[in-house]
Amino acid sequence: MHLDAEALVCAAIAHGENGAVVRFLTAEAGLVAAYVPGGRSQRLRPALAPGTRVRLRLDGRTETQLARAGVEIVRSRAALAFDPLALALVEWLAGLAATLLPEGHPYPRVHATLESVLDLAELQDDPLVTLAALARFELLLLAELGFGLDLSACAATGQTEDLAFVSPKTGRAVSAGAGAPYADRLFRLPAFITNGGAASVEDVAEALHIARHFIERDLLTGRRAANLTAARDRIEARLKR
Amino acid sequence: MSSPEIDALTQALSRLPGLGPRSARRAVLHLLKRREIALKPLISALQAVEQNLATCAICGNVDTVNPCGVCTDPRRDAKLLCVVEEVADLWAMDRARLFPGRFHVLGGRLSALEGVGPDDLSIAQLMARVTAGGIDEVVLAMNATMEGATTMHYLAERLAGSGVSVTQLAHGVPVGGELDYLDEGTIAQALRARRPVA
Repeated sequence: MHLDAEALVCAAIAHGENGAVVRFLTAEAGLVAAYVPGGRSQRLRPALAPGTRVRLRLDGRTETQLARAGVEIVRSRAALAFDPLALALVEWLAGLAATLLPEGHPYPRVHATLESVLDLAELQDDPLVTLAALARFELLLLAELGFGLDLSACAATGQTEDLAFVSPKTGRAVSAGAGAPYADRLFRLPAFITNGGAASVEDVAEALHIARHFIERDLLTGRRAANLTAARDRIEARLKR
Repeated sequence: MSSPEIDALTQALSRLPGLGPRSARRAVLHLLKRREIALKPLISALQAVEQNLATCAICGNVDTVNPCGVCTDPRRDAKLLCVVEEVADLWAMDRARLFPGRFHVLGGRLSALEGVGPDDLSIAQLMARVTAGGIDEVVLAMNATMEGATTMHYLAERLAGSGVSVTQLAHGVPVGGELDYLDEGTIAQALRARRPVA
């Protein structure tokens, strides 16, 4: 396997004395794992911080062999380390991609959206805009992995207008009229998810709540989930402030 | 061809960081050739450490006495506490002898991917030390990595209501460093931490 592309560093695990096994997300090949010799050295460590965009040169003899990779920083996101919210975002997003995406399957939309959320975290002064983008990314991730929500029409009446709720069981939208009697058991559907536009703090919190519910139920199962969601807890704690 | 005992020694040494089978063999040969000046002192030093090795109940440092020499040193300022990730960091900080206070070793750093959470670190012990009183400033000396920064922000939040001053190490251009060779993250941190020239 040979690859020469720009990639996003998702996770780096120490291997041996100086090396690291790193998961990269590329637009062309999706998630790829590779051994980076000297990956824990002083020179390479900054390049392998989660969220960093690197030039990745990957060489493996066969498809099944763990390839060796060389990296060069294209864009560092080290400045995000100053902001606790941005830091938690990087940790959550990079960890999510490294944990959930299957290796070797390209997800160009996930790659592009992940990059744009990280850009927002770095450049956008209003954290609400970044967190709204995070909610949209999580819904996109669910959809790309086959667990997408159906927000096109009401599950009960089929109408496409006035959608106000989401069923926590089916992930389908419910209209205001049909959902009103069950409002306490349904998620409120924030308008910015379906119609775009600006979002309030309550809207963003609700969107994140919906996305988290389905991610935890359908994707993040198993032992590693609790550790990963600690970063998500920190994001939500920041929003509540 | 060497004896099984010498082979066992070579294998034991080759498992140490920085040593491979070849360098371990060289070390063993050196020890065997210089039995009196190298092998015997090494054996007694290892035995002395093995018999007395202890983890300090106060700070988590590794020493041959408990509490460790750093915690019991009366010349150190008990009002200053420096929090580090690992024992190696404590030794590195103390090597410079620039920090006059005491230390607290967390035993790692928060890492979602490696499954290290707050309960896996000695954060409860740190909070107990701070709440016990007598500390004016806590210096968070975490490594300049994403995990280190995450740990630092977490600790800063936990310590926020404790009434102590919480500070962190400056990050930026290393002594002897040339800007041309620095990554943009380091330059960004250095710019952010710029200060008026005295």
